[in-house]
Amino acid sequence: MGPPIDVSIALVALAPFLAAVMAPIVQRFVGSAAGWILAVIPASIFLFLASFIEPVTHGEVVRASLSWVPIQQLSLSFLIDGLSLMFAMTISGIGTLIIIYAGAYLAGHEHQGRFLGFMMAFMGAMLGLVLADNMLALFTFWELTSVSSFMLIGFDHYRQAARRAATQALVITNFGGLALLFGAVLMHQLSGSWDMSAIRVGDLQLDAHPLYGLVLALFLIAAFTKSAQFPLHFWLPNAMEAPTPVSAFLHSATMVQAGVYLLARMSPVLGGTDMWTVLLMSFGGVTLLWGAFAALKQTDLKQMLAQTTIASLGLLVMLIGYGNEAAIAAMVVYFIAHAFYKAGFFMLAGVIDHEAGTREITALGGLARAMPVSFVAAVLAGIAMVGLPLTVAYLAKEEMYLALQYGGWNLVATVTMVLGNALLGAVGIAVAVKPFLGPKVETPKHAHEGPLGLIAGPAILGIAGVAVALPTDWFGHDVMVPAASAILGEQIESHLTLALNFTSPLLWLSIATWLLALGAFLVLSRARSALRRIDDTVGYSFDAAFDVFMFGLIRGAGALTRFLHHGRLEIYLVVVFTGMALALLVPLFSMNGLEALMPPEALGDWRAVISWPDLTSYEWVVVSIAVIGLVALVVAQNRLVAILSLGVQGVAVAMLFLLFGAPDLSFTQFMVEILSVVILTLVMTRLRLDERDHRPFEDALRDGTIALLCGFGVAATLMTIIAGNFDSSLADFFLETSVPIAHGHNIVNVILVDYRGFDTLGEIAVVMTAGLAILALIRGRRSVAGTTITPPRDPANSEGVKG
Amino acid sequence: MNTVIFRTIAPLIVAIMVVFSIYVMLRGHNEPGGGFIGGLIAASAIAIFGMACGVPEVRRAMRIDPLTFAGVGVLIAGLSGMLSLFTGKPFMTSIWLYIEFADAEVPLSTPLLFDIGVYLVVFGTLSAIALSLEDERDGDN
Repeated sequence: MGPPIDVSIALVALAPFLAAVMAPIVQRFVGSAAGWILAVIPASIFLFLASFIEPVTHGEVVRASLSWVPIQQLSLSFLIDGLSLMFAMTISGIGTLIIIYAGAYLAGHEHQGRFLGFMMAFMGAMLGLVLADNMLALFTFWELTSVSSFMLIGFDHYRQAARRAATQALVITNFGGLALLFGAVLMHQLSGSWDMSAIRVGDLQLDAHPLYGLVLALFLIAAFTKSAQFPLHFWLPNAMEAPTPVSAFLHSATMVQAGVYLLARMSPVLGGTDMWTVLLMSFGGVTLLWGAFAALKQTDLKQMLAQTTIASLGLLVMLIGYGNEAAIAAMVVYFIAHAFYKAGFFMLAGVIDHEAGTREITALGGLARAMPVSFVAAVLAGIAMVGLPLTVAYLAKEEMYLALQYGGWNLVATVTMVLGNALLGAVGIAVAVKPFLGPKVETPKHAHEGPLGLIAGPAILGIAGVAVALPTDWFGHDVMVPAASAILGEQIESHLTLALNFTSPLLWLSIATWLLALGAFLVLSRARSALRRIDDTVGYSFDAAFDVFMFGLIRGAGALTRFLHHGRLEIYLVVVFTGMALALLVPLFSMNGLEALMPPEALGDWRAVISWPDLTSYEWVVVSIAVIGLVALVVAQNRLVAILSLGVQGVAVAMLFLLFGAPDLSFTQFMVEILSVVILTLVMTRLRLDERDHRPFEDALRDGTIALLCGFGVAATLMTIIAGNFDSSLADFFLETSVPIAHGHNIVNVILVDYRGFDTLGEIAVVMTAGLAILALIRGRRSVAGTTITPPRDPANSEGVKG
Repeated sequence: MNTVIFRTIAPLIVAIMVVFSIYVMLRGHNEPGGGFIGGLIAASAIAIFGMACGVPEVRRAMRIDPLTFAGVGVLIAGLSGMLSLFTGKPFMTSIWLYIEFADAEVPLSTPLLFDIGVYLVVFGTLSAIALSLEDERDGDN
């Protein structure tokens, strides 16, 4: 027996990250064969996961947990049930093919190692996401997919379009990530658990809770942004700026399916309400039709596929929203079917681009003779996309229509699904047939079949789309039922069949879909120009709105910065000290501190309250020195005199500390006063300030008022604190334990270096950093002044020129 | 300011102040004093030295850039806290060693090391600032 099950399951999510680190090194040694070598990792993950099919089919749930933050009862818990197993196997299985494909696709690219590393990291994040049980772990992996997909989409970072697409995807999906975090925290507050499995089986009646709407909205925002639902769908087609392997991976089975996964995962907790059904079905339905029509408009193969991906995501969301047994079964089967044909199609688009030099569908034709294997793979994928019998997609479509039957043939849902499926089918036919059949069109490159690494993936996926469906009973029982049962939270029965039953309305709906698809394909070019005309008359897109929003954000941030960070020291000081005065005075008045200090009844005969202070003669001397220093400071016309007067006043205060028994404090105060006088004087001479302090009367009034308020606030607050009951437990503790456990008689010092040593460590680090900043300011000032004299030159260089 | 008397007497004052600052720091655990005050005294000494003899002279005498002292100080303070990790105790648990030296008992401890770190940070930072302000052509070296 190998490592314990906990470790092995965690390793499934973590191994790709290790591989990501290794990828550039591997690539350096073996070149483009790195794809084949690195593919071993997802392949072995796939095989490892396959060993769980048996127990999961019997309804078992495999859990694993690693301690993460034990103090917060957080653990990195993983869970394998039907749903996560299906996603994880799809991710690792397709991931294997994609890594091989990427090895061949980017052969000779100077950053291929980096690319493969990003791909592996993304795969790890995705596997972690679907296997995580803890919501915080889910959130972490969720954000990791956003970050790694940012790297992948912006891989060609020298192109502006790629940078923009990457930023856009990151902004939108991270917005959803924040919503997910809020939702997870809220869910934790309501249910008391971070583990989704515990929340699912717990007795949380969320749909009756007043916060249900908020939680639902947060999770939906998270899922809709990730899964590109209308109206936040526009980042997905833009993400086609990424190299084709990325599109094939992210937009078939992984990144965009994370939102679908989240919805499926959460449907036992959040689902089943009217709000859930209406929101999911309407957003999903609009997205389905929007994507399907948008796909017709495109001529670029990748763009066509990207738009159909949006449509498929809408369909999946719609099915989850429908939520009956058949709809969930349809969602599971359609997810698998879609992953197969969409990944295959994307890879084929890359092969065509690679070998023929263009992806424009109008500039392609008659490639079947030159690229026979690709053609076969394309036809297989096309058959699946149309949903012809003997494919997984056919089973999915039959289940969808069965779901409609269960739902009582809701007219809007029926029309949406049939139309959406038909349009997707039309695009499928176009992508599968148009580049390969018909008259041969001259392409930029002389087309020929791609190498093994490029065509292996599409070929295997095309065959899988049929091969998996043929053992229908096995597929239904071992793949569909566990996943669908996990989503529904109850055991269901498989009734998938490939048999054609001509008495069933479901088959006739399918036939109608196929005919519609064929019809739409035949009028494709006319439909395209009509749709484009509509687009031109509208002249507005969500994509442009995003730019406007981002531009506004940047402008707003700039304006806010200029407002807050204007660079005028005078205003900063006024704001800081006004804030300080408010912070002192508002609590003092609102909490009746002043009345506690001076009871109103005692104010009546204030003569009785006021008395001559009982001070000794030398105390009087010290106090008067302080007062003299203060007066001198205020009336001083000369800055140097003012600085020295401040020092005099400070020294007098230090002497007071000494007289009242705080030698440490006074000692420090003395040194601080001396150094401040020295440093202030130096600063004054250094900044070449005027000797005299010219201040207009209004400024003097304003500064004086603020100063008086601050002084009064500090004094009154301190007096209130002293007048109150002093809790001496801490002081007693220090007094008692200073010698026995800290071996020191000077309690102040013992507190500084021992009891509160960690604070002091932080403080001295701050002191040093502040010193660095001050030095930088002093030197920065000089270099600004010095630029007019001579630019700095490298002495060694000028010597060389002379020599 | 830059009189002959001041210039002659300054090195003497500086030497006394530096020695005194170390004394203040070391006795800090039981009497008034400590690393913070010690560092302030030593920094004042450097400021006086700079006024009397000029900054280049001070920098030559110090040999090491004052900010290096500050950095080393933070390092020492941090490391002194880590020593306790080797005894299986949490970070910054103090360790005391009493060493018999001649007839006296010398207590050595991690808080003392920590205090030395504080001393160096305060000394280094403040003298760096003071010297930098005193020097008209600072940064050209």
